[in-house]
Amino acid sequence: MYFRMLRRAATLRKAQAASAIVAIVVGAAAATAMLNLYVDVQAKLRKEFRKFGANIVVEAKAGQSFTPETLGRIQSAIAGRGLAVPFAYTVARTEKDQPIVIAGVDFDLARRLNPWWSVTSWPNAANQALVGARAARLVSPGMRSFTLRYNGRDTRLAAVGTVRTGGGEDSRVYISLADFQQWTGLAPSVVEIAANGSARDVTSLLQQLQRTVPTADARAVRQITEGEANILGKTRSTLLSSSAFIVCTGALCVLATLMGWIVDRRRDFAIMKALGASDMLIAAFVVGEAAAMAVVGTVVGFAFGIGIAAWIGRVNFRAPVVPRFSVFPEVLIGALLVTMISTLLPLRLLRRIQPAMILRGE
Amino acid sequence: MFVRLVYESFRRQTQRKLLVAIAVTLGATVSTAMIGIALGIGDKISHELRTYGANLVVTPEEDNLDVQIGSVDLKPAGSGAYLDESALPKIKGIFWRNNIAAFTPELPVTVQVGGENVTLLGTYFSKSLKFGTDQFTTGARTTYPWWKVQGAWPGDDSQDVLVGEKLASRLGIQPGSQIEVNGALHRVSGILSAGRAEDDQIVAPLAVAQAIADKPGAIRKIFVSAVTKPEDAFARRNPDSLNPADRDRWYCSPYPQSIAYQLQEAIPHSRAEQIRQVAQNEGNVLSRITGLMLLITLAALFTSGLAVSAAMATAMFERRTEVGLMKALGAGHFSLSAIFITESVLLACIGGVVGFAGGALLTRALGRAIFGSSLSVPPVLLPVILAIAVAVTFGGSAVAIRRAVKYDPVLALRGEA
Repeated sequence: MYFRMLRRAATLRKAQAASAIVAIVVGAAAATAMLNLYVDVQAKLRKEFRKFGANIVVEAKAGQSFTPETLGRIQSAIAGRGLAVPFAYTVARTEKDQPIVIAGVDFDLARRLNPWWSVTSWPNAANQALVGARAARLVSPGMRSFTLRYNGRDTRLAAVGTVRTGGGEDSRVYISLADFQQWTGLAPSVVEIAANGSARDVTSLLQQLQRTVPTADARAVRQITEGEANILGKTRSTLLSSSAFIVCTGALCVLATLMGWIVDRRRDFAIMKALGASDMLIAAFVVGEAAAMAVVGTVVGFAFGIGIAAWIGRVNFRAPVVPRFSVFPEVLIGALLVTMISTLLPLRLLRRIQPAMILRGE
Repeated sequence: MFVRLVYESFRRQTQRKLLVAIAVTLGATVSTAMIGIALGIGDKISHELRTYGANLVVTPEEDNLDVQIGSVDLKPAGSGAYLDESALPKIKGIFWRNNIAAFTPELPVTVQVGGENVTLLGTYFSKSLKFGTDQFTTGARTTYPWWKVQGAWPGDDSQDVLVGEKLASRLGIQPGSQIEVNGALHRVSGILSAGRAEDDQIVAPLAVAQAIADKPGAIRKIFVSAVTKPEDAFARRNPDSLNPADRDRWYCSPYPQSIAYQLQEAIPHSRAEQIRQVAQNEGNVLSRITGLMLLITLAALFTSGLAVSAAMATAMFERRTEVGLMKALGAGHFSLSAIFITESVLLACIGGVVGFAGGALLTRALGRAIFGSSLSVPPVLLPVILAIAVAVTFGGSAVAIRRAVKYDPVLALRGEA
């Protein structure tokens, strides 16, 4: 009897049931999308912030450089939690005996660490150089080959491209680390690290580096870390408050829809009561109906919500938001709670009224 | 008669109407707030992005190379060109002067401290400058918000200096002690922690550095922190190759390129360019965040639209008997639809106006709470919100009205519809 009542209620009033379910679907979709986005967007934005380059710099003590063993220790301390790029620097002399800074670096790593470098063409063979935009005018006008001298040893380099950054890089000549070591005999003295993850992850990596390599000087690049913390914090608050608004609207619209529906079915309830149904039975009937709608609405809404989140991820970050099915119970409980409140509340109000009065239309 | 019908409908069914009105109001509130946030967030975030410091640098036109490794400046003394300090206030005279958040001149000189070569950086800390009648303050404190000083900042007219924390710990210097620079004693007003090359340097008022270098009025570089718009393909065009109309549009957009161009015009014999690490990446972050808020706003508009439609539809379905009665009394389809449409438009307008006001207040409060300055909702948004509200409520009730009007009055009155 009870289930037949539920079924008949849904089939006889298709339009009303449909619009109530639409409201629940919309509310659940909004909640799912925002819960998915809130967590994922921060990870995605952090990835964008890593394009600013290194947030930790490890420097050897003045005048010293890292041994291959120390570099290995730094690498193993990072263990996949970031990108470490060793740089070697020295000052050489140009053909006109002017001082110029030469840097040795692995070009593939440098390219991944500093995607903002505007490079015309990356070197890919030995004795090729990437020349800073300002250095190029001095050492290699017209991109011709040039000779540099360090400690009485000459090396001939082919300029394959220029790098323009607006910073110190513009005044340097970059060659591969292997060429650099062969020519000068110097090892890297600076390791720039783009550490992934939250501010806490970065701090813990920094502390670990300070423990592992006590002879070197490991520091956070405060310009980068503080800027990121500031922007990310503000974005998170904005996102959180927008999510709260959207979820609240969804919930309140479910409330308005269901409440309206219950109030308008007061005649049905009056007839049930007149035929001998107890208040408990009517409440059980209404709650069962609401729960069924909440479950259906949540399942459909959850699918839609994950779709919306994935779409936003794809359009804005060119990477889909990974669906988090773990939020399903939370959304379902929320939906059940809202539907319970919005059905039981008007029912309580109706209970005070005599069935006869409702049936007479008063 | 028509007006009275609508009026009575509102008077007698206050509760039911209130429920729908609340749904419409909430929808409008959230839509207004979200649009307000989406429109304002770009501006707010680009101001927040100034925590990354300078995004433009001005150097002398015929400058040769920087020879600097880490904190040590190896550029031979006296070589290279300089800019003129007296041209600095002109930066506040360019077209986009209000977008210049701060700027800081720099003059590095190599000095002897305890038998060691150390770079002393002359700069402004918080200098008062005047352009025309405009008084403004600029310097390292605003350009580099991540500089932390233990002790006090030196005055720009004093002989006091800051010492980088690494150098200070090497030399055993505390705030308040004296440091001998090239034989002259300076008071150390504070210890600077910058997380970059400055940690190994001495930072002094510009005049001190100029006196040591014996170059009055000389500066080597100007770092400019400007609020910019993310660059696009148009921004990368060469302004000299554009036709006059496009050139004006280029000149009057706050791209990093056009602000650099204007700085170059303002400072004689200079070359201005963007610091790509900051300028490029902040453009990227800015467009991601504004894009995200825009999409969320779209989703929010859609959500509240559907939810309000659903609430409206349920409210309309329940009025079959009423419709049946009216039809039995001789009301035509047209007049019936007119009554219901008027009702929903009225509801939409009331909900829209109240929701707009609520949304505007909400946006304001939110801007204050998150960004410390209020986000404003442009009043032109009101008609937009009203139009959306009317469309949504009308859309929600249209199906229900159509069906109600089509019912056979007998069935509707008997409650069998």
